[in-house]
Amino acid sequence: MMGFTEDQIHRYARHLVLREIGGVGQRKLLDARVLIVGAGGLGCPAALYLAAAGAGRISIADHDAVAVENLQRQILYGSADVGRPKAETAAAALRRNNPDVIVEPLAVRVTAAGARALVKGRSLVVEGTDDPETKFAVNDACVAEGVPFVIGGVVRWSGQLMAVLPGKTACYRCVFENPPVTPAETCEAAGVLGPAAGAVGTLMAVEACKILLGKGEPLAGRMRVIDFLAGTSRDIAWKRRPGCPACGAAK
Amino acid sequence: MKITLNGDEREVREGMTLDGLLGEIGLREPMVATEVNLEIVVRAERAGRMLKDGDRVEVVSFVGGG
Repeated sequence: MMGFTEDQIHRYARHLVLREIGGVGQRKLLDARVLIVGAGGLGCPAALYLAAAGAGRISIADHDAVAVENLQRQILYGSADVGRPKAETAAAALRRNNPDVIVEPLAVRVTAAGARALVKGRSLVVEGTDDPETKFAVNDACVAEGVPFVIGGVVRWSGQLMAVLPGKTACYRCVFENPPVTPAETCEAAGVLGPAAGAVGTLMAVEACKILLGKGEPLAGRMRVIDFLAGTSRDIAWKRRPGCPACGAAK
Repeated sequence: MKITLNGDEREVREGMTLDGLLGEIGLREPMVATEVNLEIVVRAERAGRMLKDGDRVEVVSFVGGG
């Protein structure tokens, strides 16, 4: 069946019976080249679900080491991993889940200088760092290279995520213009509910799958804003901004 | 006059600007995104943007944690 191994037929059985995936879709997932930027509260669940789903090649970028304060939400790590590099530790966890996936750890901080080379040639990028500079760098690089991406954030009991289809839908810079001049509120300072990060990261993986499969309505051109404490969510539609320095016509 | 703010109706005074509204709701912060009737309004244009009866305003704070 479409060149799947016996193990793959069983491993992806619940995908193979889904009308929107099947053999054709699973092959798309297996052929995908995904970059995950940030192996933290959002990147951990997103990466784990994408690896489990059989996203064939996953590069995971994080320059940090595992801290004990991370363990409350960064579910790829255990107590024994404290002090170890996140990218390598995350990669090992993904391989343990699914040896079918080729995982590449990248112990780098993604900045404007290096982002474009990193995103080039990817099927999709997932941005889940807590670093505004990285968020905008990934946006600009993906827009320039035409790589679709899913970007999100979480703090306290709130989360937000959106997908960007470069040239087609509003980008992160259309919406937020520039990185904050004063430091943004971080999970370290303000706190975050562990499973809220898990929920947002998992929704990011759902959107990533939809884009890779070319199925459904991607959460692009709109942002989902979730208030987990109130138990509410809203979708805000954003149109591309003509003057956007990243994706606008007036470039 | 009445506007819709983040999906909820809200009474605002005549002549209210988008920047004034942000001040009123305590969100005159650098990292909020705003749109009026589905058009993004950038920071530099908020003080000059007069609201009209029936405007649909969305205000979203940047959430950068991860």
